[in-house]
Amino acid sequence: MAKRALKAKKEKPQWKQILQKHPPVPESVIPLLQAFQERYGYIPPEAVRAVARYTRTPLSQVYGVATFYAQFRLRPRGKHLIRLCQGTACHVLGADAILNHLKERLGVEEGETTPDGLFTLEVVRCLGCCSLAPVMMVDEETYGRLTPRAVDKVLAEYRKGKT
Amino acid sequence: MKVTEVQVGLASCGIAAGAEAVFNQFRKILGSKVVVKPVGCLGMCYNEPLVAVITDSGERFLYKRVDAALAKRIAEEHVKGGTPLEDFLAPDDGFFKRQVRIVLENCGQIAPTSVEEYRERGGYEALRRAIQEMTPQEVIVEIQQSGLRGRGGAGFPTGMKWSFAAQEPDPVKFIVCNADEGDPGAFMDRSVLEGDPHRVLEGMTIAGYAIGARFGIVYVRAEYPLAVRRVKEAIAAARKAGFLGKRILGTPFSFEIMVKEGAGAFVCGEETALIASIEGRRGMPRRRPPYPAQSGLWGHPTVINNVETLANVPWIIRNGAEAFARYGTEKSKGTKVFALAGKVRHSGLVEIPMGMTLEELVFDVGGGIPDDKEFKAVQIGGPSGGCVPASLAHTPVDYESITQTGAIMGSGGLIVMDEATCMVEVARFFLDFIQKESCGKCTFCRIGTKRMLEILTRIVKGEGKPGDLDKLIDLGYKVKTNSLCGLGQTAPNPVLTTTRYFQDEYEAHIREKRCPAGVCRALLRYSIDPEACRNCKLCAKACPVGAISQGDGPFQVIQQEACIRCGRCREVCPFGAVRVE
Ligand SMILES: Cc1cc2nc3c(=O)[nH]c(=O)nc-3n(C[C@H](O)[C@H](O)[C@H](O)COP(=O)(O)O)c2cc1C
Ligand code: FES
Repeated sequence: MAKRALKAKKEKPQWKQILQKHPPVPESVIPLLQAFQERYGYIPPEAVRAVARYTRTPLSQVYGVATFYAQFRLRPRGKHLIRLCQGTACHVLGADAILNHLKERLGVEEGETTPDGLFTLEVVRCLGCCSLAPVMMVDEETYGRLTPRAVDKVLAEYRKGKT
Repeated sequence: MKVTEVQVGLASCGIAAGAEAVFNQFRKILGSKVVVKPVGCLGMCYNEPLVAVITDSGERFLYKRVDAALAKRIAEEHVKGGTPLEDFLAPDDGFFKRQVRIVLENCGQIAPTSVEEYRERGGYEALRRAIQEMTPQEVIVEIQQSGLRGRGGAGFPTGMKWSFAAQEPDPVKFIVCNADEGDPGAFMDRSVLEGDPHRVLEGMTIAGYAIGARFGIVYVRAEYPLAVRRVKEAIAAARKAGFLGKRILGTPFSFEIMVKEGAGAFVCGEETALIASIEGRRGMPRRRPPYPAQSGLWGHPTVINNVETLANVPWIIRNGAEAFARYGTEKSKGTKVFALAGKVRHSGLVEIPMGMTLEELVFDVGGGIPDDKEFKAVQIGGPSGGCVPASLAHTPVDYESITQTGAIMGSGGLIVMDEATCMVEVARFFLDFIQKESCGKCTFCRIGTKRMLEILTRIVKGEGKPGDLDKLIDLGYKVKTNSLCGLGQTAPNPVLTTTRYFQDEYEAHIREKRCPAGVCRALLRYSIDPEACRNCKLCAKACPVGAISQGDGPFQVIQQEACIRCGRCREVCPFGAVRVE
């Protein structure tokens, strides 16, 4: 977790390269914030400022955008991001029980990161795989037809070092 | 019969079910001897991962729920050996029988991003005809005559929308494809973009020609990384083949398309919020008029259409307005794609002619309710929609009839609910969603939904008061009539339909502190039947709070004061001795 923040700090002199992939106009605010998040897993506060300066947009407005959209994270996240679906189909088929199970196994609440920095737990609305409900994504991988036992198996894989 | 091709369904749903391992297995065993091809979603998501084996005589064998081990057997015994594995074929369960495939005609049948395969099935023929043989005005008339209405929810006539934008004198215009698909429980647009992206690009390009736009944007929600990738690949392929770019097919018409990714906000599906988001701002809706067709992106005329709407366009130009209008009802023409999910056997993607009844949709196409449970209601239209009870299951699927029930057609999310679904809890679920997604700009939506949510939360916790129901309905109508955008104006629908059709369930929660469906945790009471209990103590071990102890006899008892109603005891009991009421 601290690693990501450190990496962001170290690379700061090279941020120009990230910025210059998009034209310096207000329309670039969202793609730029996405680019930073893609690189570091979160948007460092300094990057919010850099985006504002580069796109010549008031800082308040960029911060407003960064806090409006659910995708953006302003705090570093764990190594693996667990996104559990709480959409309608998943809800009707028992996603609540899966959420409670995850919270218990990880010892964290929604939006929190485990103390070892391995997992961050987030809740999202519909991953578009409703027919396999309940569904969760770990990083880019999707797992469907979840049961508490299936969740344990997935967690164990990542604890063993699956990337 | 020689096997010539193996198709593996590699849409998000298939991948989630493990289709990648299956695909790799086939590639490994068959090498380059047989074509192993990734295809999009066939719609039979309940049978994923799906594999189709095609022979030189055109026969098609569909295998269901294939894993790597089964893939190996199919490769050895069927593909190489020539003997189909009958036991593993997907049975003909009537899933496709009553469907009419216009939008989904290629989904799951072709390699999604390949221009060649798309063209083999008539792709880009409509674009050629439109720009070489028709005037923009003729294209608009054709779409108007087809009766096509917007599939994004509101059902606005597409041809009319195009004609408004076409009339504007501004030389700069835009086409936006709305692929924000925020309705939780809906995945139609994702499947089309992943399975047949060229169809959407072709529809956009024809729309651009019709209104005089040179530029199109596909706005895709952040949660659909695969759709984004496929659309980008398809754009590159189309450009290379000359169907996008400068002077398309040798005509003076030029058109470019780019992709914009959303950042996770439901309200951005609303057209004015979507524009704000593309322009780089918070996705807050504004008042209309002016409508985007007059003043949209950067103040220029902009036509915003849903993915499915645009996916209908090539078919209409290719087959004519009349052919399209043959399907459907008087005012709702063509087909509608639904994402069936929830308590239904065939959960997946279906396309039906408008006018089919909800009952036929759930039972004939959807295969009915699993586990012999009773059909209770369908939730249609997502958070803006409502619950239509089983007693109204004869309602035909068309814009007007669905609206009459208090729900809306919506974009195609359809969640089936059975007796074990608590309607009060469902209403609370949707309101919780809306309340979190409200952008906060107008008071009724921001505060009204919050107050409504508080009341509903109170009711499901067993703390409902007499009068709560009236207050809820009253607030609901106020939010509906006074909100700025479609989000607030439709937000109370799930509450208003459930209070109308399931009033007794609300009453049971409020007056008797009872949840008839056995869902609302706070209102449940777990107990152990001493007759059925064999005293194995598994429950006592499983109880996280130590609320189960030895009774005065060979059975366990639950201390009600300590019980947190987690239901763990019921899950572990091998004898079904734990009762819940
Ligand atoms: C809160 C809200 C969310 C919406 N979400 C979507 C969406 O996800 N996809 C969509 O196509 N239309 C959505 N719409 C409807 C759009 O505003 C717009 O009517 C539609 O994209 C127009 O396209 P159509 O005429 O082809 O249906 C939403 C509307 C509201 C009020
Ligand atoms: S509701 Fe969970 S994937 Fe759609």
